[in-house]
Amino acid sequence: MESRFLVLLLTLAAGVMSLTGCGRNRVIDEAAAGEPPVIEPEIDRRTIEQAKIDTEDFEVGIFAGQLSVEDFGVNNVGGVTFAYHITEGLFVELGAGYTETGLTSFERLSGAAQLLTDDQREYTYYDLSLGYNIFPGESFIGKSRAMNTALYLIGGVGSTTFAGDDRFTLNIGLGFRIMPLDWLAIHADVKDHFFDIDLLGEDKTTHNLSAQLGLTFFF
Amino acid sequence: MRQLTLLISLCQLLYVSAVEARGEHRELTVQDPYIEMHTGPGRGYPIFYVAERGESIAVLRRRTDWYQVQGPRGEQGWVSSEQLERTLEVDGEEFEAHRSTLEDYSGRRWEAGVSYGDFGGANIISTFGAFNLTGNLSIELSLSQALGRYSDSTMTNINLVHSMFPERRASPYFTLGTGSIKTEPKATLIATVDRTDSLAHAGFGVRTYLTRRFVFRAECKTYVIFTSRDDNEEIREWKAGFSFFF
Repeated sequence: MESRFLVLLLTLAAGVMSLTGCGRNRVIDEAAAGEPPVIEPEIDRRTIEQAKIDTEDFEVGIFAGQLSVEDFGVNNVGGVTFAYHITEGLFVELGAGYTETGLTSFERLSGAAQLLTDDQREYTYYDLSLGYNIFPGESFIGKSRAMNTALYLIGGVGSTTFAGDDRFTLNIGLGFRIMPLDWLAIHADVKDHFFDIDLLGEDKTTHNLSAQLGLTFFF
Repeated sequence: MRQLTLLISLCQLLYVSAVEARGEHRELTVQDPYIEMHTGPGRGYPIFYVAERGESIAVLRRRTDWYQVQGPRGEQGWVSSEQLERTLEVDGEEFEAHRSTLEDYSGRRWEAGVSYGDFGGANIISTFGAFNLTGNLSIELSLSQALGRYSDSTMTNINLVHSMFPERRASPYFTLGTGSIKTEPKATLIATVDRTDSLAHAGFGVRTYLTRRFVFRAECKTYVIFTSRDDNEEIREWKAGFSFFF
């Protein structure tokens, strides 16, 4: 009777152990504590450091040319430009320029009368423009040299400081870009900068045409 | 003219040797039957060479969505990003031309742009820079010039912008800020003085992701200028512009 009871108790204990998984854990523990594997794999991954690609969407440069300031003669102008190329056709440009204007015909004829002081004669401007390469192409120089070119339309808004005041200025122009090197461009632009001025009493719109040559670098 | 040609050739020679000496360009292997090399970075430029499957090419530079590559025999041409994506890296992975997407736009940190509009009858030109604090909230610093018939003003502003749906292509936003305005009456007006006043402004607008890094935005703001006179001055502003994100 007593031994039968012991058998039942042992059977129950074995059942509980197998259900809770005590036995299994023990088997795994024994395997983990055993000998290390015969072959130790030495994984040495090849790391490839690929060079970065130089993105050249920005263009910075200088320009010089002639600016005809209405009533104030034709004067040398110089300045800087900064552009960002958004797509192969579209770009935005920030430009600034400076010139010193001359005397009006009236001032020359009258002799002594001065319309503006020397400070007021300084003409500075900046503009924010949007440009589009309407005719991209190539120019062939000699037999074996071709250079990429583009004819572009450009226009935008800006401000001109002249005759003591800042004047809201619109600009529109046409430019030609020729690229002797992949990172160097020569520009030739013709632009009209127009604004209202009330220097002689009443408002009038003046058109100030500029023709300029520029040198820019892509980076 | 001869000197100029000489100078240009010299520059080119120096540059080419510099490029070769560096030897640090991305190497890719052509996977398609061939890829087309154009003479310039644009669709209109003619194809002058094709690199065949299995050939190795080096990427020299990128301009907008075009890559200048050098073939095994030294020929250089421009390949579109769509075609270059069908080439393999050294590790066998396909080359990934990173073109900014809507996802990059949603996760942007920095934004800078320009806008133009009407500021109570005057023309206004603005530039601004923004930093994204969270997906919805960004802080903006702007510099504006208003050019009117009787006076010109320059304004500096700092404002918070709350974008309602930053993950969508188009999202409305609200803005609230403060700043200062310097007003200079026109030189032709008599007996006027320049003045600087502080101001506060609130407004709303809409921002739309266009393409690549390009965003269009339009907004309407009301400025309250705290003048030294009896009444404060209220000015309504409408403007539209473009911005880029980084």
